[in-house]
Amino acid sequence: MSEVLLKAENLEVAFGGVKAADGVNLTIDKGEFVAIIGPNGSGKTTFLNLCTGYIRPVSGHVWLGDQEITRMAPRQIARRGIARAFQIPQLFTDHNVIENVMLAIASREGIWQAFTALDRPKYRAEAMELLELLNLGDYAETMAGTLPEGLRKLADVTVAMALRPQLLLLDEPTSGVSALERFPLMDTLMKAMKARGVTALFVEHDMEIVENYADRVVVWNAGTVMAEGTPAEVMKDPRVLENVVGIV
Amino acid sequence: MNRTLTLSGVALIILALAPQIFPFLQFTLTIAIAKGFAALGVALLLRAGLISLGHAMYYAIGAYAAAFMAQKLGITDFAVIMIAATVISAFFGLVFGLFLVRYRAIFFAMLNLAVSMVIYSLASKLYGITGGTDGLRVAVPTIFGMELSKDAFDGVLYYVSIVLVVALGYLIHRYLKSPLGNALSAVHSNEVRLEYLGVSAWSSLLTAYTISAALAGVGGAIAALSIGHVLPEYAFWTESGHLVLTAVLGGIAGIAGPFLGSVFLELIHTIAVGFAAEAWNMIVGVALLVVIFFLPRGLFGLFERLSGQKATDGEPKL
Repeated sequence: MSEVLLKAENLEVAFGGVKAADGVNLTIDKGEFVAIIGPNGSGKTTFLNLCTGYIRPVSGHVWLGDQEITRMAPRQIARRGIARAFQIPQLFTDHNVIENVMLAIASREGIWQAFTALDRPKYRAEAMELLELLNLGDYAETMAGTLPEGLRKLADVTVAMALRPQLLLLDEPTSGVSALERFPLMDTLMKAMKARGVTALFVEHDMEIVENYADRVVVWNAGTVMAEGTPAEVMKDPRVLENVVGIV
Repeated sequence: MNRTLTLSGVALIILALAPQIFPFLQFTLTIAIAKGFAALGVALLLRAGLISLGHAMYYAIGAYAAAFMAQKLGITDFAVIMIAATVISAFFGLVFGLFLVRYRAIFFAMLNLAVSMVIYSLASKLYGITGGTDGLRVAVPTIFGMELSKDAFDGVLYYVSIVLVVALGYLIHRYLKSPLGNALSAVHSNEVRLEYLGVSAWSSLLTAYTISAALAGVGGAIAALSIGHVLPEYAFWTESGHLVLTAVLGGIAGIAGPFLGSVFLELIHTIAVGFAAEAWNMIVGVALLVVIFFLPRGLFGLFERLSGQKATDGEPKL
């Protein structure tokens, strides 16, 4: 029997008169790769924000395993095992790539180390292993702010994965990446996530990516889950074809 | 690295020998070191992208703490005075920091300025406690029970100050290289990502703010013991501006920067007062413009070039 990792129950949030989550119920099982698709403004990223504490729901609950995380701050949720990679990569641009990853490792191990160096053999070896896994080994000493977009995306995921999360949330991992780079980037991400046993939820607009990489698809529309199922099932649903695929 | 150590050693030897060759420099350099500590505190916060326009208040708190110890509490031991002044400044930094580090940019700068002016006003008005605008006299402390003349004590104070530069400078260097120190500069470059790593930006900043207040307190205590008198003007906002100027002029990429800036400014001040008393501010302004245009990493940039260090893009520029 599958184990529920994330459970959202009756989530509601509105911005002005627009309901970005209108009674959302959703579960994600351990080991799944779940994609969220939907038109712009339908509340996909809002759901990630609700799961990571960036915004708080008017009502409803979010559980990670058996622990309720509904009203926790992002840092508290991160410590409990949800990591996030952003649509616009969020890196420490004044640090190089490996320092970004080592800082994430140090955050996981406990940041309150005032007199021991961040750059130490143990952290460096772990960071390098992770960077190699995500094909970024050659860029370890490159300043994070100077990387091209595709590599910045990968670096952002690497930083998130350094936290050894139970659940990784990816917001449009292929946006801003050239058509030729999309599949190699997703291949690299999937290989790394499978190697580390990470469950993932990703927001995506690209239907080809969703069809090729998602175990399950959740279709969002106007703050509600319109449909869910395997990519093949969802793509046959007339409501999805009318409201989402025709738009995206 | 070896060249850096060699150059640092040479600089410290010059600092140690200077008063032996030019005795009049001892007082100037003692005050330069005192203000260097406070500027180092300001530089710590600059690494997080925060400009404090009120840090002279911690310099003043350290100075007044030293004066209180001797005059009000009868504590005359030099070591106890220095430690107590540092702890008291750190305590005030912690208390004020609890709400100040919630703010960023201009709000942080102006709130620090506001709090510092409250401290200045209290120091000016509470005659019964602080001596008001007359300030407080600071007696010459004893050293492990030994009573020294003012001249002898000033000599000891100067060399203890140099030892403190090395010892505290090393500790701050270790802190900046640590995960906690890196989190501080990470606040500047991406606070959102830091929170999503599970790190509290507020706690990281509060730690740095408390340390920076303690450093300013060390400087204030040194200044009080050297001058022998404390005044409310220590906390005046122009003094805070002077500390920011010192940190920027010296450069914030290395521990030596604020001390270089402070020694440079104090020497210019001493010389300018003798030869062009009315033009002192103009000379400092021109010096600052030269540094901004030609030394983006401050005087520390010169130190790096001489020591063969390669500046990386990752280090703060100023």
